[in-house]
Amino acid sequence: MSTEARTLPRVVLVDDHGLFRSGVRAEIGRQVEVVGEADDVGPAIEMIDRLVPDVVLLDVHMPGGGGQAVITAVKRDHPEVRFLALSASDAPEDVIAVIRAGARGYVTKTISTAELADAIQRVADGDAVFSHRLAGFVLDAFAAAPSAQDVKPSFDPELDQLTSREREVLRLIAQGYTYKEIARELYISVKTVESHVSSVLRKLQLSSRHQLTRWAAERRLDLSVQSFDGRK
Amino acid sequence: MRIVFVVITLVSQGWTIPFYLGGWLLIPARGTEASIWSRARHDSRGIALAVGLASLLCVLLGLASVLNPGLVNTYGWQQVVSVAFLVLIWRNAPDSEQAAMRHLVEPLESLGGGGEHSMRRGLGIRLVAAVALLAAGFGWLLTSHENVALLRPLAGLILVTAGIVLLLGPWWLRIARDLVLERQARARAEERADLSSRIHDSVLQTLALIQRRADDPQQVVQLARAQERELRSWLFEGRTLGDGDATTVSEGVRQIQRDVEARHGVPVEVVTVGDCPLDDDLNALLAAAREATVNAAKWSGAGVISVYAEVEPEQVQVAVRDRGKGFDPDAVPGDRKGLAESVHGRMSRHGGRVTVHSAVGEGTKVTLTMPRSAAAAEAKGGNRR
Repeated sequence: MSTEARTLPRVVLVDDHGLFRSGVRAEIGRQVEVVGEADDVGPAIEMIDRLVPDVVLLDVHMPGGGGQAVITAVKRDHPEVRFLALSASDAPEDVIAVIRAGARGYVTKTISTAELADAIQRVADGDAVFSHRLAGFVLDAFAAAPSAQDVKPSFDPELDQLTSREREVLRLIAQGYTYKEIARELYISVKTVESHVSSVLRKLQLSSRHQLTRWAAERRLDLSVQSFDGRK
Repeated sequence: MRIVFVVITLVSQGWTIPFYLGGWLLIPARGTEASIWSRARHDSRGIALAVGLASLLCVLLGLASVLNPGLVNTYGWQQVVSVAFLVLIWRNAPDSEQAAMRHLVEPLESLGGGGEHSMRRGLGIRLVAAVALLAAGFGWLLTSHENVALLRPLAGLILVTAGIVLLLGPWWLRIARDLVLERQARARAEERADLSSRIHDSVLQTLALIQRRADDPQQVVQLARAQERELRSWLFEGRTLGDGDATTVSEGVRQIQRDVEARHGVPVEVVTVGDCPLDDDLNALLAAAREATVNAAKWSGAGVISVYAEVEPEQVQVAVRDRGKGFDPDAVPGDRKGLAESVHGRMSRHGGRVTVHSAVGEGTKVTLTMPRSAAAAEAKGGNRR
């Protein structure tokens, strides 16, 4: 996946906040090549279709369907375009939904410039990028109930469970460890850490385990019962 | 309340209505000083009208009592007073009450005429049908009054009811619908007011503060983070960020985050997996975690502290980690040792474990593990959200 390692990744920014787009552009403009910006689902799909960038930096929450809609529409014609989800407001079920739609990672908008550039590069190289928060969500989602009691397992039951190694890696990510630190902590190579993370991503996207959806549904239910739901 | 009123009305043979109206007339409404009566006294035309209508009603009732003395005598005569009172109220009530009453009566007025053609035709048909039903029903009732047969008056009663429903049904429906709509509108307005007051209290205040502290980057970051956390917990966890005591592990950890960030100005990244209610052991765990976090904020010099809490079926684990100075566990300076012991002491008293990993220049990680008490684990077995 090392497509001409020296060229900068071509990036399209999709975010409905103009202020945020210009901020990101100014910050990472040197480490990546920002080829386009879009502020809504429709224009974003059209632009990605035309430019075919390496990475789309995608806001999870947008009017008109959100990041999920963009990914679903683009994936059909351009499976090679990679998505990195970015959000300020991260309700777990929204984040998991975007990842399941096909995003290769998720970072929060509070991420530092260097980390963001690094994350984009990683996604461009085909790796997965898990922020500490996403790692927490994933652990939570896969732990939602013992999978032995799962009534309808996936076609491939392997997909329904994390291995203990994957769990360990996720735990360390959730604690703010970098891949390098994780490798040292677990006495494995950085490449192995990366492959664990990619495998978690694959499970997250392919598992049809209804627990994942049930988990999301329960959380949403919790929200609406507890009080005013700000996102509607 | 209303049902009680209706029942009392029936029991007291209709005397409640005039008494109620009298009360309306004589007792000043909340917030106003003059009762309606104080104005009605000067309304000579109103009084004349009331007396006139009352006497007209007397004549009507007199005629009716020839046909059916029982009913009129028990329920009818009292209403003469009611009508008189109602006229006075109608003419002299404050504007707001008048508007409300007019709104109620509006559909009745439209019975008389006006409105669009098709509507009028519908109304006409309704009116004719209602009158026919009423006439038939009343006729039946009156003719069968002396009769012993029970079924026939019943049929008459049904006809009368049907007539009344046909005549007044749409009006009742409209009143009911208006009530529902009004309640919804009020709920929406309250929600909006709640929302704007929250935004004012939190976001706007913080933005103002940020503008004033623009020359102090650290303060600005801290303010922004605190605000972000507050909004997030309100939006996604549906929790008002009060100072109320935490009741679950994740709430407890967030409280630690808030307090440490506020008091020591060091950002704390929190990730929690699973959740469960707090008990004595877990409170001790959180207290130890607080010590460890405060410790890291005070001594490590790290730019950020990460706190990770995971609730498992058999145990709860909290890891506090920083990338700060670190220390050599074998050569701990006195002050640090004391703090470490308070962490250790707390944990071991409740059957928990502590492991500390640290190396000079590489930061520190304190891992606290507390087994869940058998009963709690049983009751909440694997209770993760």
